[in-house]
Amino acid sequence: MLKKFKADLHIHSCLSPCSDWDMSPKKIIEKSREQQLDLIAICDHNTAENVAVILREGARQGIAVLPGMEICSREEVHLVTLFKEIEDALKMQEFIYAHLPGKNQPEVFGHQIVADQNDRVLGENDRLLIGATQLSLKDIVSRAHLFGGICISSHVDRPSYSLIGQLGFIPQDLDLDAVEVSFRVPLNKASSEVPGIRDYPCVTASDAHFLQDIGKAWTEFILAAPTLEEIRMALAAAEGRKIISNRE
Amino acid sequence: MRVSDLVEKFDLSIAAGGKGLDRKVVDGYCGDLLSEVMGNAPAGCAWLTVQGHQAIVAVAVLREMAAIIITGGQKPDEETIQKAEQEGIPILLWPKSSYSLAGLIFSVGIGNLATE
Repeated sequence: MLKKFKADLHIHSCLSPCSDWDMSPKKIIEKSREQQLDLIAICDHNTAENVAVILREGARQGIAVLPGMEICSREEVHLVTLFKEIEDALKMQEFIYAHLPGKNQPEVFGHQIVADQNDRVLGENDRLLIGATQLSLKDIVSRAHLFGGICISSHVDRPSYSLIGQLGFIPQDLDLDAVEVSFRVPLNKASSEVPGIRDYPCVTASDAHFLQDIGKAWTEFILAAPTLEEIRMALAAAEGRKIISNRE
Repeated sequence: MRVSDLVEKFDLSIAAGGKGLDRKVVDGYCGDLLSEVMGNAPAGCAWLTVQGHQAIVAVAVLREMAAIIITGGQKPDEETIQKAEQEGIPILLWPKSSYSLAGLIFSVGIGNLATE
């Protein structure tokens, strides 16, 4: 049976350097419940090390969690990649780590906390997660697809780190599954307010780095279940699955 | 001044678009945020950027630029080279920073503070 699912498909955890300490596994799930989200995706910068624990906590509290990563290309464009299984996200992570130079400086960029399900600090990731990979947009999209994932171009309405900001327009040959607009643009106005997104499927998400921002923007989908395959069908408007709105 | 003069003076290497070397250079521009370059770069400029994505060729055609110079030792993508060949837009390479080459180009009389 098809029904409505309220989804925030772009949330950072405390592993992202620019993100708050409060973005810990338990708190992210609790806040998502409070916001009545059915489905979230954890998308830290160039890493998926906190995903497994948040996925388990979500399962415990009845929130579906998709494994994801927000990857920075060498053009300095951010892409949200979402996967079906944690193993797929970790394969992508391995590929990303092999092409991500530099070491983090916590005092400059922020701490990168790997947490457990009780919100305890397991350690710190010392890679330069805030940096850009040496991979082109095309490399990232094709590899994410190879691992069964989908690629959504992050916050295309923003001037920084967005596809349209960095490259001026969306390249015709880039095999994106969707584009994302930030909370600043209502989803139903995106195609008229953001020049250049053409007829790409469009979603919105909070891109939350702070607890209070979870659910600040969301996308409502008609799906049979809160899974990646269903989201993929909704983006293609297949078999009754679809994107309906983002605001009441 | 022609694009070929810049190549010769500053020992730039030619990555693509050799058939456009006689294009006239009347100004210069630096920028890596293509949305900004698309709105502001002057016609006939030599554009200095670190971006190597094929979108740079579209931006150069749109703004009627003389040439693209990829700086900082960065390299154009394969598709970028093909596009530049098709469009006849020279892509030149400079191993050091945009700042250093911009200074050199300015010193030979390209660009004018009064029009900035």
